[in-house]
Amino acid sequence: MSDQLIYASEVFLNGLMAGVLYALVALGFVLIFKASGIFNFAQGVMALFAAMTLVGIQSGQVPFAHLINAIFGTKIHHFGWHVHSVVAILLTVLVMILLAWMVQRFIFKHLVGQEPIILFMATIGLAYLLEGVADLMWGSEIKKLDVCLAEGTCLPQGINLAIDEATFNLFGYGFFIDNLDITATIIAILLVTALVIFSQYTKQGRAMRAVADDHQAALSVGVSLNYIWILVWSVAGFVALVAGIMWGAKSGVQFSLSLIALKALPVLMLGGFTSIPGAIVGGLIIGVGEKLFEFFMSSGDLAGALFGFTMNATENWFAYVLALIFLVFRPQGLFGEKIIERV
Amino acid sequence: MLDQTEGYTTADGRKIGGVVMEMKNITLRFGGVEAIKDISFDIREGEIRAIIGPNGAGKSSMLNVISGFYVPQEGQVYYKGAPRPPMKPFEVARQGIARTFQNIALFEGMTVLDNVMTGRLTHMKTGLWGQAIWKGKAEAEETANREIAEKIIDFLEIQAIRKTPVARLPYGLKKRVELARALAAEPSLLLLDEPMAGMNVEEKEDMSRFILDVNDEFGTTIALIEHDMGVVMDLSDRVVVMDYGKKIGDGTPDDVRNNQDVIDAYLGVSHD
Repeated sequence: MSDQLIYASEVFLNGLMAGVLYALVALGFVLIFKASGIFNFAQGVMALFAAMTLVGIQSGQVPFAHLINAIFGTKIHHFGWHVHSVVAILLTVLVMILLAWMVQRFIFKHLVGQEPIILFMATIGLAYLLEGVADLMWGSEIKKLDVCLAEGTCLPQGINLAIDEATFNLFGYGFFIDNLDITATIIAILLVTALVIFSQYTKQGRAMRAVADDHQAALSVGVSLNYIWILVWSVAGFVALVAGIMWGAKSGVQFSLSLIALKALPVLMLGGFTSIPGAIVGGLIIGVGEKLFEFFMSSGDLAGALFGFTMNATENWFAYVLALIFLVFRPQGLFGEKIIERV
Repeated sequence: MLDQTEGYTTADGRKIGGVVMEMKNITLRFGGVEAIKDISFDIREGEIRAIIGPNGAGKSSMLNVISGFYVPQEGQVYYKGAPRPPMKPFEVARQGIARTFQNIALFEGMTVLDNVMTGRLTHMKTGLWGQAIWKGKAEAEETANREIAEKIIDFLEIQAIRKTPVARLPYGLKKRVELARALAAEPSLLLLDEPMAGMNVEEKEDMSRFILDVNDEFGTTIALIEHDMGVVMDLSDRVVVMDYGKKIGDGTPDDVRNNQDVIDAYLGVSHD
């Protein structure tokens, strides 16, 4: 039994780390929803697009190579250089800012004041468009992410050993915690701290909160809504890049990455659509909850003794059922504001 | 060129300066409805200028034209002597025109202090990267602006609620916070949209006192809308009277009070 308890606590920790990733994706949703009332269905695809762009830039791939080859009959694929990952990340950030500008300029600028459902439909369109563009630009094959995260070498390897040793002495059993997960958690904490500082203490952060609160009032104190929306989409793009890198490092950069947007939905239901702490706590609860639930339900000793049956692959539906329960009993989520409208 | 002749002296001896804002033959239509019909008037530096009229006279529309929320189909707005091209509301705000709203538009989730600080946004020059990188300069700017915000909070006697989220405040105080936020911009022209709407007598007296004090202390030019005649007559130096989108009177409170058209509009015309 105590062995199981130790194993459960390991599962718990691993769940926390998975939760961090959910929280990151949910964070992107919350940022945009708060500032513009747009429920951005394309957030997951943005993560995919960002990760693909990063890999593409890094490995010196020629964007739209297939298209160019098809039209001109050429056979180019690579520039033949390799860009350092820091430079590649910076360039990808620029691309995401450009994307934010284009999204605002060509889509949402023309939809100001429209019904939330129309804005939502526009983001669905954007999701498919972006997925297509990503495919056209970088190709559809699964790619390996070459930043230190993927190799688990961002942090010295000794950390894992130290954790194993410490827990072995404590419990007589070594924890298995992935170096990648630790790095991801640290990065996520830094990112969230930076976002909070930005929104609380800078002029642009204050303007962002103003726009989130009341458009008219924001205009009357000289805030350009357009500028703030581009800023918010850029920040969301940056968050998507971070999420994309982490997810991509875990399971390779592939198109199923865009489906993490679906996993973020229950996180939002739990945390509330308008709360940044809610996104984080919601992500952690879902991450831990689904791992622990899976652990208990698939273990013959526990679930078998209690219910007389065991279940497998509960991870596939646990988050959604939890969200459903929340929708019934507390539709605004744990931290959300009272509901006025919801898409 | 505009009439920039020197101003006048009010009954209580205040010097009123040249024209800050001039509306020339403004016409505003919503579809087929003319909300404002060919109206001209000016607002002079340092004065309290009221726009009054019965409900639906087009007062708020006029204020929205001045603050850039509506763009008139005809006519020209002159600001500080120069014709003003059609502008977005935030650009108007950046030119030094601050406003309050009839139905209070505050940032409900923020504290009073944060709300007032948003009023300083137009004065904060450090850009995005400056804010992120150049910590010292951004900090100094924040401190300087904070001082001004605190001064205004003191002035309007809302120190006690500085850290209270606005959503928790009663209506009368919200109105005052909104005034504080507009004032924090140190505007060359302050627009007040029914500053006393929905207030009880005491709150109205407080607000009147604050408006007079603001004008007196900072020399702020104020244009306000009100449909309570009594309040307006005591407050303002000159009054524009509107009815059904037309200007039916313009002058000192006494002029307006004796204007037959105004009396008719407010009391109805007797037909016997």
